[in-house]
Amino acid sequence: MTNLTARLQRLFKPGRGWVIAVPLLWLTLFFLLPFGIVLKISLSEAAISIPPYGPIFDYANETLNVIVTFSNYLFLTTDTLYVSAYWGSVKIALLATVLCLAIGYPMAYAMARAPAHWQLVLLLLVMLPSWTSFLIRVYAWMGILSNNGLVNNVLIWAGLIDSPIRMLNTNFAVILGIVYAYLPFMVLPLYANLTRLDTSLLEAASDLGSRKFNTFLRVTLPLSKGGIIAGSMLVFIPAVGEYVIPELLGGPNTVMIGKVLWEEFFHNRDWPVASALAMVMLAILIVPIALFHRYQSRELEE
Amino acid sequence: MRKPSFTTVMLIAGLVFLYLPMIILVIYSFNSSRLVTVWAGFSARWYVELFRDQQILSAVWTSLRIAFFSASMAVCLGTLAAFVMVRFARFRGKTALSSMVTAPLVMPEVITGLSLLLLFVHMAQLIGWPADRGMVTIWIAHTTFCSAYVAVVVASRLREVDLSIEEAAMDLGARPVRTFFQITLPVIAPALAAGWLLAFTLSLDDLVIASFVSGPGATTLPMVVFSSVRLGVSPKINALATLIILAVSLATFLAWYLMRRSEARRRQAMLQDMTAGR
Repeated sequence: MTNLTARLQRLFKPGRGWVIAVPLLWLTLFFLLPFGIVLKISLSEAAISIPPYGPIFDYANETLNVIVTFSNYLFLTTDTLYVSAYWGSVKIALLATVLCLAIGYPMAYAMARAPAHWQLVLLLLVMLPSWTSFLIRVYAWMGILSNNGLVNNVLIWAGLIDSPIRMLNTNFAVILGIVYAYLPFMVLPLYANLTRLDTSLLEAASDLGSRKFNTFLRVTLPLSKGGIIAGSMLVFIPAVGEYVIPELLGGPNTVMIGKVLWEEFFHNRDWPVASALAMVMLAILIVPIALFHRYQSRELEE
Repeated sequence: MRKPSFTTVMLIAGLVFLYLPMIILVIYSFNSSRLVTVWAGFSARWYVELFRDQQILSAVWTSLRIAFFSASMAVCLGTLAAFVMVRFARFRGKTALSSMVTAPLVMPEVITGLSLLLLFVHMAQLIGWPADRGMVTIWIAHTTFCSAYVAVVVASRLREVDLSIEEAAMDLGARPVRTFFQITLPVIAPALAAGWLLAFTLSLDDLVIASFVSGPGATTLPMVVFSSVRLGVSPKINALATLIILAVSLATFLAWYLMRRSEARRRQAMLQDMTAGR
């Protein structure tokens, strides 16, 4: 009993309660609750009305009818477009993440080993592009990759090819765009992790006769696992739902789920199917998000 | 000279990869030809045309206002959230709060945008607000995801703050609120500034979420840019890109300069302390 009153007192101590309540309420209302609404609408029927979906609860003749339909989810399985869009998104995002890691890890490693007065400059140089404009950085590749773009012009001028190679509007361009746009987000957590690496461990390994590469494989790599997970999730999860990059750089063969969802919503105005698409995407991403959360909360709370 | 290591080569190559496309954009913004791929001589005409484009100018103004108010609100919310996560003992709801802070960092934008729009539509049906979607709904959406970024930035600074100074202030009778404003706030001020700037750029940059939650009245800069580049490469957008890159580079340089100066001052103060002690 005293325990309970103490707890209540602590909770309602002026100030403390408010400090907790304000961000908690804001995020619950504008981040958590919306997912519930998406779920609800994914279970309702499409209708020609404003807004374009039917009611779930219907009160008529003194009875409350709950109309729940799974037809939107079933519809996703009948059309191969959706299945291939999910599969395509995961495949492209996975490939882009691996490439980001392969480029980003050596970069972060070199940054962490750079002289102290260089580290801040390098960090700012890597992050600066991400502070400009995502849209414009993706757009930059349109001029470089197009049929009469820079790369093709240079190749033709050098006599290496006779007619332009089609690079824009392909999956290659989409992967390149994702790697380019998300690379800073891979480097940042890796760098943060690698700077904290205890160098005495590496010295110990080399004193014990370990080769450089062996030390990297056995000591550095396992210790930077947290950074690898955080960086990979920061690239993979948003990349799966990416809309801008496949829209600008992708072609007719690029089916990614973010783009399909956008088209269902804005062009077909089928809100229930768009909601079902979002719920399934969320279900696919829930494990990666949980993985990221576990790492991030360890970072924040320690 | 010793052969540069593999990782150094990768770092340089990575930086070239990051900057080359942006440099190409900047160069082509001074091309006088409408065809972006053919060089036809130096000209600043696209800048003149950019500043004559009323649609772009009004979108810039809309975006700047939304970004300013979103960043300011996000700093308030994010700082509170960071405080709760770092300083408060476990309580029911803490896990929920920290999940809601980390999840927006990675959540695909189409999901966030769709879910917020559906929320606004529902709220309009239930309580009649927001009757029209526009700047206010974009502000709410941006504040929500930006406050997550602010919380992460502030929390990482807050963890490094020496608790004993705050404890000393409280022991001397300062109330928690006063301690916060007089001790903690000045110490974490750089993190608040960094968080505000990050939120500001994130809000300015967002296309997908704003497209979902906006109404006919509010068109942000990324929406205008997107509808233009969808049709192909446009030299006016190159000019705009150059100005954005210039502004961000200047701001970053200024931040670097300030950080270096404060670092130098700290080092000097330490040196003075050490010599005084002797």
